[in-house]
Amino acid sequence: MTRYLLRRIGLAIVTLWLLSLIVFLAGQVLPGDPGRAVLGNFASPSAVRAYDHQLGVDRPLLVQYLGWVGGLLHGNMGSSYTYRSPVEPLIVAALGNSAKLAILALVIIIPLGIAGGVYAALYAGRAIDRTISLTGLAASTVPEFVSGIVLIIVFGIALKALPIQASTDPGASIPVQLDHLILPAIPLVLVLFGYIARMARAGTVEALDSDYARTATLKGLPRSVVIRRHVLRNSLLPTITVIATQTGYLIGGLVVVEQLFNYPGIGRLILTAANGKDFPMLEAGVLVIGVVYMVATLIADVLYTVLNPRLRVGVSQ
Amino acid sequence: MTELTAAPGEAAVAHAFAAPPAQWRLLLRKPTFIIGAAVLLFWLMCAIFGHLIAPLDPLAQQLLAKNTGPSGAHLFGTDSLGRDVLSRVIVGARDILLIAPLATLLGVVCGTAIGLAMGYFGGVIDVVLGRVVEAVLALPVVIVAFLFIVAVGPSSLTLIIVVGFIFTPLIARTVRTAVLVESQLDYLSSARLLGERPGYIMFAEILPNVLPVIVVEFTVRLGYAIFAVATLSFLGFGVQQPTPDWGGDIAANYGLLGAGYWWETLFPALAIASLVMALNLVTDSIEQVISS
Repeated sequence: MTRYLLRRIGLAIVTLWLLSLIVFLAGQVLPGDPGRAVLGNFASPSAVRAYDHQLGVDRPLLVQYLGWVGGLLHGNMGSSYTYRSPVEPLIVAALGNSAKLAILALVIIIPLGIAGGVYAALYAGRAIDRTISLTGLAASTVPEFVSGIVLIIVFGIALKALPIQASTDPGASIPVQLDHLILPAIPLVLVLFGYIARMARAGTVEALDSDYARTATLKGLPRSVVIRRHVLRNSLLPTITVIATQTGYLIGGLVVVEQLFNYPGIGRLILTAANGKDFPMLEAGVLVIGVVYMVATLIADVLYTVLNPRLRVGVSQ
Repeated sequence: MTELTAAPGEAAVAHAFAAPPAQWRLLLRKPTFIIGAAVLLFWLMCAIFGHLIAPLDPLAQQLLAKNTGPSGAHLFGTDSLGRDVLSRVIVGARDILLIAPLATLLGVVCGTAIGLAMGYFGGVIDVVLGRVVEAVLALPVVIVAFLFIVAVGPSSLTLIIVVGFIFTPLIARTVRTAVLVESQLDYLSSARLLGERPGYIMFAEILPNVLPVIVVEFTVRLGYAIFAVATLSFLGFGVQQPTPDWGGDIAANYGLLGAGYWWETLFPALAIASLVMALNLVTDSIEQVISS
């Protein structure tokens, strides 16, 4: 178990290093230079050169990369070209906002997706199964910004039931924040529902079909006990992994939803940084997302191993 | 089965494309397939003949009729520059229906080539390519897309390459698995014993036999491609204004939702939703008929 963990962490670190390299190189081949982007089209070439020199972007690439990575290792992410202030506080604040939105979406989606999938499996082949499966499929293929637009128009404009801006005044109470976040969370829920329900359904169908479920039924256990004690325990394992692998989709969804609902999260921060050629912000943001993604996948893997006795034995051998 | 060994390639292709008439009839009896195919056909017509169907010039600005709601003159209203929303929705079908299939095709071609090589050669090539595939899959898709587009600059071509690139490892993995199943079969051993070159065996012997898998993969990926292309266009990385584009038009006008101008974004949004849902109804029906 420890060896497995160490190997996984080692791999994650290598991937992160590769990501830092890719991020840095992509940042450097961005068309146009930051001095021009910040100072505008009418600035004189000498002013742009002076500004570039001040930022240090006219140094050799290797020197820039080593300086950047060295700073990162000391907890210094550099300072934003656009905001002219250190990157960390901005990233931390944005990450907190995104976390709120992501957690709200997950709190809704995990029970809903699992319940939908299990329910469909219990009635496999019937109309209710087809309905849940097709709804899930349809919902997961509609892009977040499309469902978001429809939700805004229906609930925000026609019914005036919910606010269409996700951000609240600082210090707003939790119910007020929830009120603002519920509409942005729904598109994320819709996209993920199909995946999670499908996995939960497949796992449950397989477990229902198994010898141990048949044995349990034949020895006279009530159906509810068979489902609770024998079927669900086995069927929900794969679902845990699939939820973690969806972190990538969730992050992609956050970029879109934050942009649509004008919410100051990490996705919108990166998008703005990309458009404004704010390299330090972009690089730090992408790396932070990479770390979040890797930690989530790692936790899921470990959780899966811990929860699945078969795999645990396999690893120790 | 004797048929298969006699002419493996032709039989498999015939099986995938000229499904028995009974299966086609089954498909045509499915209401989900009919509805999906009809909607898909409608958008295809718009993509091809959009400029002829559209009631007005999608680029013509009427600055005196900005942000007017749906009416007899403009069934879907006008946008912030006074352009006819209905015409823009009709003509806007073209870009997404061109970019998404091309991107999927690129991913399928590259993924198939890599998957064939991985499955056929095995050994070092399989391990090395497998690691690269894992590395690409280890990054969140949006990050890959983001870095690529930011580095190269937004355009239709960039969109095709990015989405194709993201699909490549996924398709390679599927094709590799299918090839591994094939490599157990007798016809491959006999091809090797005949002394055929690896290239010939991979593309002339194995490829036709794994084609059904690839065709299914293409239809499934096409749905994701439309999702990805629409989303990246919304984020400003696709077709640039003033060219009519569903995602781009939504991006240009959603800021006006607060002012109550809902028609400028609702109709492009419904267009995207109807397209992806129709495509999925068709794919889902075909898969059901094949598996039944």
